[in-house]
Amino acid sequence: MFDLTGKTALVTGASGGIGAAIARALHAQGATVALSGTRVEPLQALAAELGERAVVTPGNLTDAAATEALAKEAEAALGGRIDILVNNAGLTRDQLALRMKDDDWQTVLDVNLTAAFRLSRAVMRGMMKRRWGRIIGITSIVGVTGNPGQANYAASKAGMIGMSKSLAAEVASRNITVNCVAPGFITTAMTDALTGDQKEKLLGGIPAGRMGEPSEIAAGVVFLASEEAAYVTGQTLHVNGGMAMI
Amino acid sequence: MSDIAERVKKIVVDHLGVEESKVTENAAFIDDLGADSLDTVELVMAFEEEFGCEIPDDAAEKILTVKDAIDFIKSNAAA
Repeated sequence: MFDLTGKTALVTGASGGIGAAIARALHAQGATVALSGTRVEPLQALAAELGERAVVTPGNLTDAAATEALAKEAEAALGGRIDILVNNAGLTRDQLALRMKDDDWQTVLDVNLTAAFRLSRAVMRGMMKRRWGRIIGITSIVGVTGNPGQANYAASKAGMIGMSKSLAAEVASRNITVNCVAPGFITTAMTDALTGDQKEKLLGGIPAGRMGEPSEIAAGVVFLASEEAAYVTGQTLHVNGGMAMI
Repeated sequence: MSDIAERVKKIVVDHLGVEESKVTENAAFIDDLGADSLDTVELVMAFEEEFGCEIPDDAAEKILTVKDAIDFIKSNAAA
């Protein structure tokens, strides 16, 4: 099951913990992967680790032209087609709303949401022609529950869910599915920064009693990318240890 | 330039799976040929590919009938 042999995938934010795990998992199922991100060194290290069927396509998602260029470059690097797009790149600029600068708001919306839209639009053309495609957005539990200090981030992640549902409705008849995976608290560099106290408090709210692993997010992505998930579209798969049951 | 008209009609027949006889020059994609809005986007993509031209979004929105497509391509296409 979930065999991706012969499929190609572009993963943005592949230099991060979750993005790298997603790229590894898609690759392990047989897909050829294009690794995108702003930090080239970790991307190259990951490509070297994966060996064959992995290419590095760095890109800056804050800029419209650069985002369009990334789609073209990745498509060319993947032999002329992108079957699976994983919009995973994201950043945070946490601040209480009263202190949040317009710039903090805009940067987060630009990278987390607008770039995801631009890349989706760019890949849908080829997917429509080939009558097959998978677009998967990595959103977040806070896009559904909200979180103090993350008005910008939560808005971008909620936006991704609404966008995905709309795209899903537009292209379902062409055998293209559009879904999201919403992680809860996952062990990454982002959550390593939390203090012991903060972590303990967090764990109290997670029925599973532990943080999730990047590979557990990747498993959800593999499922949604697979042929077996052809009838799943417009959905958000929550992977959060029961922290929020929606 | 009836060649262009024939090629346009063939794309429409193939893509929408309609009878060739129904694809007259005055036939409207949505009202007469049963296309939905996504079909019209795909038709424009197919025309672009066939004729090696780019059809900008504002022009594409005005291509509602077979004749509209033929006229646009006649005045813009290289092939």
